[in-house]
Amino acid sequence: MISLFARGFDRSTTTVVLIILGLAVAVPLLNLMLPPESPFHVPLYIVSLWGKYASYAILALSIDLIWGYCGILSLGHGAFFALGGYAMGMYLMRQIGTRGVYANPILPDFMVFLNWDHLPFYWWGLNWFAYAAVMVLLVPGLLAFVFGWFAFRSRVTGVYLSIITQALTFALMLGFFRNNFGFGGNNGLTDFKDVLGFNVQAAGTRGALFAITCVVLAAALMMCRAIVMSKFGLVLIAIRDAESRTRFLGYRVESYKLLVFTLSACIAGVAGALYVPQVGIINPSEFAPANSIEEVIWVAVGGRGTLTGAILGAVVVNYGKTYFTSGALAAYWLFVLGSLFVGVTLLLPRGIVGTIQHLWSGRRRPDTPDPDPQSVGQPAPAE
Amino acid sequence: MDARETSALLYLDGVTVSFDGFRALNELSFTIDPGEMRAIIGPNGAGKTTMMDVVTGKTRPEKGDVLFDGIYRLTDLYESDIAELGIGRKFQKPTVFESHTVEDNLRLALKADRRARAALIWRDSVDEATRIDRLFETVRLGALRSRLAGSLSHGQKQWLEIGMLLAQEPKLLLVDEPVAGMTDAETHQTAELLKEINRARTVVVVEHDMTFVRALGVKVTVLHEGTVIAEGSIDQVSANERVIEVYLGR
Repeated sequence: MISLFARGFDRSTTTVVLIILGLAVAVPLLNLMLPPESPFHVPLYIVSLWGKYASYAILALSIDLIWGYCGILSLGHGAFFALGGYAMGMYLMRQIGTRGVYANPILPDFMVFLNWDHLPFYWWGLNWFAYAAVMVLLVPGLLAFVFGWFAFRSRVTGVYLSIITQALTFALMLGFFRNNFGFGGNNGLTDFKDVLGFNVQAAGTRGALFAITCVVLAAALMMCRAIVMSKFGLVLIAIRDAESRTRFLGYRVESYKLLVFTLSACIAGVAGALYVPQVGIINPSEFAPANSIEEVIWVAVGGRGTLTGAILGAVVVNYGKTYFTSGALAAYWLFVLGSLFVGVTLLLPRGIVGTIQHLWSGRRRPDTPDPDPQSVGQPAPAE
Repeated sequence: MDARETSALLYLDGVTVSFDGFRALNELSFTIDPGEMRAIIGPNGAGKTTMMDVVTGKTRPEKGDVLFDGIYRLTDLYESDIAELGIGRKFQKPTVFESHTVEDNLRLALKADRRARAALIWRDSVDEATRIDRLFETVRLGALRSRLAGSLSHGQKQWLEIGMLLAQEPKLLLVDEPVAGMTDAETHQTAELLKEINRARTVVVVEHDMTFVRALGVKVTVLHEGTVIAEGSIDQVSANERVIEVYLGR
């Protein structure tokens, strides 16, 4: 008898992990080692751009974990991403020190501008990277835990849950837009100089950030795969397909949902923290409800409940977005995004990876003899 | 823990449930003894399914008392707690986890630590494999173990669900219309299966099918408008005038 854990990773997970790790090494090297004239040279902006895609892919994984495997459709996951991003952004702000416009060694520029005379308590300690790293996990995780504790215990499910997650991210956006919230208002946090003593603009730092993001993405993929293949994962799928049946089997559905939702928020927080130093800014528009919806579309396009599809969807849709919004077609991007979602829902309901997997398993089926020929062709009972 | 209040395994006293003024259960009282198999019959809307909902914690009664094993007051507990106490329920419509294999369906149902933590660090064991194999012998689905449960026929799903019930090792099984939509041969096999299960466990069967109830050959409780109108052997209740009037005579 093979243990579920020992079934190992399926071939597609292993392949994707190897590709990601290959890119983690190759892309920075092709940028740093080759002269700009070389046809294989990767420009620096591409390194940061793909680093951004990689952090989006981590966010997409976190959404697929709860939506694809547990049926929790969060339309506010951008909030956890942005909170992780703000925690990292606050660390980066504290690193600026006297190099700011007002040269205040403690206060970030926007606080000096607002005539604040001391650092608010929630900024304390964020000059230490280790503390900021803990906050990156703790803040989104804690919010998700408290939110989930109330929502899942009250058995809020389906569209009602999706709507309150939208409200959550919208409320946070309104809050972060306010100057007196202490997070830089609508300008957000920017003008970063150093991360761990390295210049964030330098090619070496950018390459390292890209590589780290890829490694985290690969690790997150393996972790999510291990989770969905464990018995815990079996229970998640059971909850997705028949929640009350799972309850009658004796499982406390709310504990399972709470655990996976909190974990997912932590992963989203890490994604945000990796995103901020690479794009160089974090502002309240990251909390916009439309962002969270777009993130769900990535997962739908790539293939819900496949994990690798979430990564593919995030990269494909964002590549398309970069492509469309940087040319004459910029004005039509939202139409493209909308028709993409409608098209995928109608034509490819399983998403790209889901459809490939489905065709693949359909093609293999004739090889394995049907153990019970009698039941073949018998219509399934009406639901 | 309180002292045992009754020797019955399941004890319902004056249970009342209303939905928008409609009384689904009206002062319903009956008891099930340990080791018994009981058939509960009644016309549509008699409150059979609502009764199961109350016992399994899905519906809270307005008043009345439901005791399990003489000590557990089920009206105060959650569904998952009640399931862990040893009450298993089979639904009217077969509800198995369609995107899991037949084997994984049984694995999920196996009596084990149900906490999320335990499920994360869970490892397959020889003991678990033996228990699953034994269940496959009982429900005769061994040849289909790696098939997705969603691809099973209606009758096979019913048996899988009975297998899942057994996997929970419950003291009491509540079985809601197990033979609805089954062929005669499948109905007969199901009756045999339930009798076999009854050797070790208490069983309550809610059923419409009178031939099936007759085949079980057990004590029958007749519900009508949320209350018990007759109790006894199938021949006794079939002779009861009130029963003929509301149910059999139609």
